[in-house]
Amino acid sequence: MMKFGILVNEGPYTHQASDTAYLFAKAAIEKGHKIHRVFFYHDGVYNSSRLTEPPQDDRHIVNRWQKLGKDHHIDLVVCVAAALRRGIKDENLMEGFRISGLGQLVESGIQSDRLVVFGD
Amino acid sequence: MLHTVNKSPTERNALESCFKYLKKGSAVLLIEDGVYGALKGCATTKMVEQTLKNFPIYALYPDIEARGMQDRVIDGIKLVDYSGFVDLVAEHTTVQAWL
Amino acid sequence: MSEATGGVDMEEDTSGKVKKFLYVNRRAPYGTIYALESLEVVLITAAFDQDVSLAFIDDGVYQVVKGQHTKGIDVKNFSPTYRALEGYDIEKLYVEKESMETRGLKESDFIVPVKVISAQEMGDLMLTQDVILSF
Repeated sequence: MMKFGILVNEGPYTHQASDTAYLFAKAAIEKGHKIHRVFFYHDGVYNSSRLTEPPQDDRHIVNRWQKLGKDHHIDLVVCVAAALRRGIKDENLMEGFRISGLGQLVESGIQSDRLVVFGD
Repeated sequence: MLHTVNKSPTERNALESCFKYLKKGSAVLLIEDGVYGALKGCATTKMVEQTLKNFPIYALYPDIEARGMQDRVIDGIKLVDYSGFVDLVAEHTTVQAWL
Repeated sequence: MSEATGGVDMEEDTSGKVKKFLYVNRRAPYGTIYALESLEVVLITAAFDQDVSLAFIDDGVYQVVKGQHTKGIDVKNFSPTYRALEGYDIEKLYVEKESMETRGLKESDFIVPVKVISAQEMGDLMLTQDVILSF
């Protein structure tokens, strides 16, 4: 059983990064591993927006992360500096995510057995 | 070390760059648009086949299938699903993403 | 840099654990934000007393070139931050030789002291690292 840290560097839909990260996390959990933290950086912070309204017949990326986080007690962390730059604040943050410092990413690198990066 | 490459070799130099840094025990996993690097009959095929002689190269099958490239994969490239992706990460001491 | 480096939260006990973190920079500055935001992570990693190295490969070598004047594009010039790294005990900066040469650059073009190494040597360096971050 391993502890994985995940870094998501891109926002929902524009890049496949968030999708791949999610499917990787899901597979890891199914295999009995633990996800220590998913850290959202750069445009990845947009994965936490409460305001997204994708078409009904397509996957809801934000909700999907929220559910995975809730079902498996995963720490979904959004970088405060990247979030502020891009207008993600507590008032438009989806429940289940939290805004915190870059220290959380470094800590994940220290505490996890593997840190996997998904980006552009 | 496991190296993941997520960009097409005809879009970016990520795959070509990644290959320069492979060492004994390295493996390469092509994901997302990186799976276009797994294809036969391309300008990049020779470079990939050459590397395949010395290093295992994997491709994420769901990404191959999504792009309709199922019948074009270079012989010798191993296809994995997300569960296999997880296993590869676990088996190698570190993972490096070539974006 | 203040917002990124402020509020270092230590919710878990990481005291004593020192890992080797390698930051791989392959993109040019200003065209995208990756160079700037990855530097912010580098600084935080030093605050956690980790063993930090930076690798500049492909267009990443452009990040540490001298003479960046950004007034005309109205974007913050963050290249002086590379010089400030020394103050945080971050001195292991590696430039990949071929990346440098194919871009017509030489060691004297850089804003900070770097170690120029071959792709072979860079590959060996990568193997010694515990955590590799790409942006």
